Amino acid sequence: MGLTEKPLSTLHEKASYDLDDFEVPTGREEAWRFTPLSRLKGLHSGKAEITGRVLTQAYTPAGVTAEWVGREDARIGKAYVPADRVSAQAYNAFEKALVVTVPKEAVPAEHIRIEVRGGGTDGATYGHVVVVVEPLAEAVVVIEHQGSAVYADNIEFVVGDGATLKVVSLQDWDDDAVHVSHHHAQLAKDATFKGFAVTLGGDLVRLSPSVSYTGPGGDADLSGVYFVDAGQHLEHRLLVDHSQPHCKSNVDYRGALQGEDAHAVWIGDVIIRVEAEGTDTYELNRNLILTDGARADSVPNLEILTGEVAGAGHASASGRLDDEHIFYLQARGIPFDEARRLVIRGFLGQLIEKIQVAEIRDRVMNAVEAELAR
Amino acid sequence: MSTLEIRDLKVAVEDKEILRGVNLTVQSGKTHAVMGPNGSGKSTLAYAIAGHPKYTITGGEVLLDGVDLLELTVDERARAGLFLAMQYPVEVPGVSVSNFLRSAVTAVRGEAPKLRQFAKDLKTGMDALAIDAEFAQRNLNEGFSGGEKKRHEILQLELLQPKIAVLDETDSGLDVDALRVVSEGINRFRAAGDTGILLITHYTRILRYVKPDFVHVFAGGKIVEEGGPELADKLEAEGYEQYTKASV
Repeated sequence: MGLTEKPLSTLHEKASYDLDDFEVPTGREEAWRFTPLSRLKGLHSGKAEITGRVLTQAYTPAGVTAEWVGREDARIGKAYVPADRVSAQAYNAFEKALVVTVPKEAVPAEHIRIEVRGGGTDGATYGHVVVVVEPLAEAVVVIEHQGSAVYADNIEFVVGDGATLKVVSLQDWDDDAVHVSHHHAQLAKDATFKGFAVTLGGDLVRLSPSVSYTGPGGDADLSGVYFVDAGQHLEHRLLVDHSQPHCKSNVDYRGALQGEDAHAVWIGDVIIRVEAEGTDTYELNRNLILTDGARADSVPNLEILTGEVAGAGHASASGRLDDEHIFYLQARGIPFDEARRLVIRGFLGQLIEKIQVAEIRDRVMNAVEAELAR
Repeated sequence: MSTLEIRDLKVAVEDKEILRGVNLTVQSGKTHAVMGPNGSGKSTLAYAIAGHPKYTITGGEVLLDGVDLLELTVDERARAGLFLAMQYPVEVPGVSVSNFLRSAVTAVRGEAPKLRQFAKDLKTGMDALAIDAEFAQRNLNEGFSGGEKKRHEILQLELLQPKIAVLDETDSGLDVDALRVVSEGINRFRAAGDTGILLITHYTRILRYVKPDFVHVFAGGKIVEEGGPELADKLEAEGYEQYTKASV
């Protein structure tokens, strides 16, 4: 570790609701060095005018409430403190926040759908969403991003004692969209959180899913699938902060890249603090680079501050399609293009299978098929 | 009636010459055993015919009914009627056996099989090879035992019905029971159609179950002796030593 490099545990300590606590990034900072700032359209510098149009709508099943509230509402910012400049910008600039509440012990029959639809890239928009799942409740949330926008937002998932929350976030933007987003899950005692990110569209998408624990027994599973085409920058920055004993986390992100200047970035930070004894964690990132000119940066970081872990590991692999896979399929008469599709579909499909809402799973699979047919 | 003609085939791997002029003609209805010591180039012959990218053809021809296979892509060779049962079938994550088999059958036959008929053929084929039904839902070769992989190769052989099949050490790593099941599959395939087999093996054991019409001894990258089934008995008794010495 060089002198200029700080341990993870200090890197993430700079969190604040106050925009002025964050310098405008220059691109030299560890947190921004992979992101092409010139394509952020001013989201990071305060220069973006708040004249954009993004329509957010919540569709909730019986027993679940959705409210639009002002920033003075006590539930806002309780689980999450902005961790970087854009996040703080979004926190300070949103007009109304959406608060979705799943009451204690409720198990809604249908999933909760939050639709975020952009109406153009003239001007920026900021958003804030809080999803509260009260103790022992179980819910599924599907967030769909579509259309075109310059959009920064923060989403807080507050998962109560013994509660379960499953989230699928689909970034299916048009080609020119810019989206910077933090998804923070706070897990109480024995809470379960399963987050699944699918990022396909957009010129620049930077999604930062993070997890913290407020009691023992929490279990977080973060999965993601992305397909990067020519010119796209799709970045996922994960942080799991184990500060409580006997919690689990599992991270599995997989991406395919094709075309000139297709760029994927995956950062996987896991901290196991002194008090987090008995932690069990594993993180994995795999990239399939399908053509020349595409680039994947993959950086797993694991910082262990206690001697008492149940398991801790990480792996990262980026590479081309395996010639032996293609040969085997071709040797059975399957043409190259189809063999390639079968292998890529298999690679991503193994993760997509984990999405439990059949309708969403099929949609994601179809979206991947459409990418493969390009 | 089909013929596979291998004429003066020369093959290199990373500039190292492995095959040094192989001549062999396989007629449909006949089974040719190619036997030889480890490192003699037997598997290179199999993979070069199938078109594996690792092998560079430096001379010769391979004709299937007059068509030069070496001019075709790997999948075109398979659709022309060539089949290679692999010694080490590769694991392909996320691709199910049933999906793979349906894709292969569709490609080779040129049209998608009727779903009901395909399901029936698949079940019949799997039952005959004592393959468990849940296999169809598993990922291709993933977590299969050595014997399961080989039985799965023979299942493909029976489903795809090629004109000429090259079986690369299909017997290696099999216990006697598995060897019997696999051999029965090969014999069913031989009986079902007018097909030729190039059976590559290190051991004579499989030849007790799958009777060859011809035996070719391979050493130092070429065929060094040929004969009828009696040649296998001689190899059983004397081993490969005389050939390995001769080729040095």
